[in-house]
Amino acid sequence: MERNNNLHRQVASLRQSLFDQGYVDEQFIELEELQDDATPNFVEEVVTLFYNDSARLIHNIDQSLEEHPLDFAKLDNFMHQFKGSCSSIGAKKVKIECTQFMEYCRAGNVEGCKRTFQQLKREYVVLRKKLEVYFQYARQAGPTDTASYRPN
Amino acid sequence: MNIGSGSVLSSTGSWKSGDVVSDQFPVGLRVLVVDDDPTCLKILEKMLRNCHYEVTKCNRAEVALSYLRENKNGFDIVISDVHMPDMDGFKLLEHIGLEMDLPVIMMSADDSKDVVMKGVTHGAYDYLIKPVRIEALKNIWQHVVRKKKHEWRDNNFDQSGSVEEGDRQQKQSEDVDYSSSANEGNWKNPKKRKEEDEEGEERDDTSSLKKPRVVWSVELHQQFVQAVHQLGIDKAVPKKILELMNVPGLTRENVASHLQKYRLYLRRLSGVPQHQNGLNNSFMGRPDATFGTISSLNGLDLQAIAAAGQIPAQSLATLQAAALGRSATKSAICMPLVDQRNLFSFENSQVRFPEGQQQLNNSNKQIDLLHGIPTTMEPKQLANLHHPSQSFVGMNMQVNSMAQHNNSVIMRMSQSQPRAQMLSGANNGSQASRLPLSMQQSLSSEGIPGAVLAQSHIVDNARASVYNPVSQASSMVDFSVNQSKELQNYNFSLGSNSSGMSNRGMLQEEANSDIKGSRGFPSNYNIFNDLHQPKSQNWGLQNVGSSFDSSHHPSIQGTQGVSSQLLLQQGISSTHNNGQNRNGPIGKSMYTNGEESGHTNLMGGPQLNSVSRNMLAVKAERFPDADYQSTNFPEQFGQDDLMSAFLKQQGSVGPVETEFGFDGYTLDNLPV
Repeated sequence: MERNNNLHRQVASLRQSLFDQGYVDEQFIELEELQDDATPNFVEEVVTLFYNDSARLIHNIDQSLEEHPLDFAKLDNFMHQFKGSCSSIGAKKVKIECTQFMEYCRAGNVEGCKRTFQQLKREYVVLRKKLEVYFQYARQAGPTDTASYRPN
Repeated sequence: MNIGSGSVLSSTGSWKSGDVVSDQFPVGLRVLVVDDDPTCLKILEKMLRNCHYEVTKCNRAEVALSYLRENKNGFDIVISDVHMPDMDGFKLLEHIGLEMDLPVIMMSADDSKDVVMKGVTHGAYDYLIKPVRIEALKNIWQHVVRKKKHEWRDNNFDQSGSVEEGDRQQKQSEDVDYSSSANEGNWKNPKKRKEEDEEGEERDDTSSLKKPRVVWSVELHQQFVQAVHQLGIDKAVPKKILELMNVPGLTRENVASHLQKYRLYLRRLSGVPQHQNGLNNSFMGRPDATFGTISSLNGLDLQAIAAAGQIPAQSLATLQAAALGRSATKSAICMPLVDQRNLFSFENSQVRFPEGQQQLNNSNKQIDLLHGIPTTMEPKQLANLHHPSQSFVGMNMQVNSMAQHNNSVIMRMSQSQPRAQMLSGANNGSQASRLPLSMQQSLSSEGIPGAVLAQSHIVDNARASVYNPVSQASSMVDFSVNQSKELQNYNFSLGSNSSGMSNRGMLQEEANSDIKGSRGFPSNYNIFNDLHQPKSQNWGLQNVGSSFDSSHHPSIQGTQGVSSQLLLQQGISSTHNNGQNRNGPIGKSMYTNGEESGHTNLMGGPQLNSVSRNMLAVKAERFPDADYQSTNFPEQFGQDDLMSAFLKQQGSVGPVETEFGFDGYTLDNLPV
C-alpha cells in the first residue's frame, strides 16, 4: 500500500518532470486522456509505435545527409513527416529540432542541417529513455489518475 | 492496411436510420481516416472512437478509395492527410468529391496559408492542423450535416445557386468553431471553386438571393448555346445572351450563372479531349457488350449518349429498351428518364453487378454523350409517364427496377469509371460525357439521368470530380447507398414534399424523390426532404423535377426531370470544387430512390419525369460550377414539349451541343 503510494508518487513526479523539462507538451496529455479502460496502455503503445516507425525516417534522413549535394527538398519532406509524427505524441524538444532543421533546409544551410539533425537525434533518444522509465513505473504502479497536471 | 474495428461495410449504425439519427447523431458517424503516418493514424482512430464514431483507418489513399468505392454508402465523412506517399491528399480529395461526394477534411502539420488555401479550393470541408486534438474531431459531424442540408436545400428551394452558396459559405464559417484555423477558409470554398473554375467574373450566385430557380431544360439550354454561338463565346455576355434567347422570366443572373458553368464545361472539355474520345470510342465499340451485359447499363449508356449526343429520343429509348431488355421503341426519351431514376433509386445493392466493369466503361462513354439526357428511360416507363396518376406508381415500379438495375450498373460503372475519369482531371470533358451514360443507365428513372449528368458534369469540370460520369455513377451510387442509409428521408416523396416544391415540380420531385432512393443525386435535390430527414437525401434532381411542370403529363415530367437533373448536375459540377460534390447528391438521390421506393412508388410517375427532367436539365446545365442551385427548371416545360424539344435538339443540336460540352449531346458517333 505504502509502496504503491510511493510508486504512484514517483510516477506522478516523473510525469511532471517530463512536462517541466519540456520533453513533452499538451499533446501528450491529449494522449493520456484517450487512455481508458479499454486501452489502458494507449500512451505507451503510441509512443512505441512512434519510435518504431520513425526509426525508418531517421535512417532515411541520415542517409540523405550523406549525399553530395544535399537534396534539401527531399530532406524537408522527410522532416515534415517526422515532425508530424513527433507532434502527435507531444515530443516537444524533438519537434523544436525538427522546425529548426526545416528552416536550415529552406535556407540551404548544409552545416545547419547536419548539426541540427545530430541534436535532434540526441533529443529523440533522451526522450525515448525517459518515456521508457516513466512507462515502466506507471505499469508497476497500476492505473492512476494522470490527467491532473496541465502545463500552461 | 489497417481496418479499424469500425465497420466499413456495416451500415447498421444507428445514425443511418433517419429516425434514430436525430436521436443519436452523431453517434455512429462513419469516418474513414487516411494517413500514411501510423502513429497519427492510431491516435486519430482512438480519438474518433472516443467520439463514438465508427472508424475505419487506412494508410494508403488508393486503398481508401477502394474502400469508398466498394462501400458506396459506407462512410459519411473522410479525413485525410495532405502529404501521403502514394497520392497527394488533394487528389484524393478530388476523387472523393467526384465519385462519392462525401465531405472530406484535410489534415496536415503544415499550416502555411497556401496549403490551407489549397484545401479550400479543392473543396475540403475543413482543414485541421496537426497535431489534431479530439475537440477538433468532435465537431466534424457538422460538415456532414451541413452538406446534406445544403444539398437538400439546393434541391428543394427555388433559389438560384447563388443563394445556396452564400448560405453554405456562411454556414461553414459560422458553424465551424472549433475547427482548425484553416476553417475560416472553408466558407470560401464554393466561391473559390467558382472563381477558379470560371473565367468570367460573374458571380451571380452569391449576389442574387432567393431567385426562383431556373431549370435549364434541354430546350432552354439549346437556346442558350445557340445564343452563345451566335454571339461568339468570347463575346457572349449574359445580357446579350438573355436578349437573344428571349425567354420570358429568365433573368440575366440566371444566364450569367449558366454561362459560368458552360464556360467551365467547355474548359473541361478542351482539357480532356482525348479522354472523351476514348470514352466515346469505347462506348461505341462496345455497345454490344454493354447490351449484353447489363441491359440497364446499356440503357443508361444509350441515354447518356442520347442525352449527350443528341440521339433522337426514340433511338435512345430504343437503345435503352434494348439495354433494359424492354421494348425499346416506345419510350423515347421520357422513358429513359424514368428508368434512370429507377436505376438510381436502386442503389447500392445493384451496384454489385459483375458486369459493371464493362458497362462502366461503356457508361463512361455514354455518359459523356448523354450528358444531359436521361432519356434512357425505358419505354415502359415512358408510357407510364404519360399516364399521370396510375402510371406513376407503375412507373415507379419500373423505374425502381430499372433504377436498381441501373444502379448496379452505374455503380459499377462509376466505380470503374471514376477511377479512370476522375483521376484524370483533364478528362473532365470526356468524363463528363461518360458519366451521363453510366448515370443514365443507372438512372433509368428520371432522377438518374440527372445524376449521371451531374456526374459527368462533375467530371467535366476541371475539378474532375463532378462530371466524371463514371465516377459519378459510382459516386452516385455510393451516395445513394449512403444516402439511403442516412438520408432515407431525403428522398422526399413527392407526396410529402410536394408542398415544399413548386407545384409543378412537385410531382416530378416526388418522382425524383423516389429516385432519390438511388441517392446518387445530391441532396440538393431533396427539396422535399427536410433537414430533419437526413436520410432522404434524394438527389436534387427531384427538386429539379419539381420545377418542371410536374403537373403536366407524367411523360413530360420525365423529361423535365431530366433537365432538372441536368441542371442539378451542373450545379453540382460547378460546385464540385466545394468538394464534395454536389454531384454526389445527384447520384445520391438516385439511390435513395431505391430505398424510398416504398413511398416513392406513388410518385414514381412524376418522379420519373422529374428525373428525366433532371437529366435533361443537368445536361443542359452541364456546368458543374453552377451550383445546382442555379439550375433552373423551366416550369413551363411539359414533358411533351421537352421531349420534342429534346428530340429536335438531338437532331439539330449537333454543333451546339458539342459546344455545350456535353458529349452526350453529340451522339453523332453513337451507333444508334
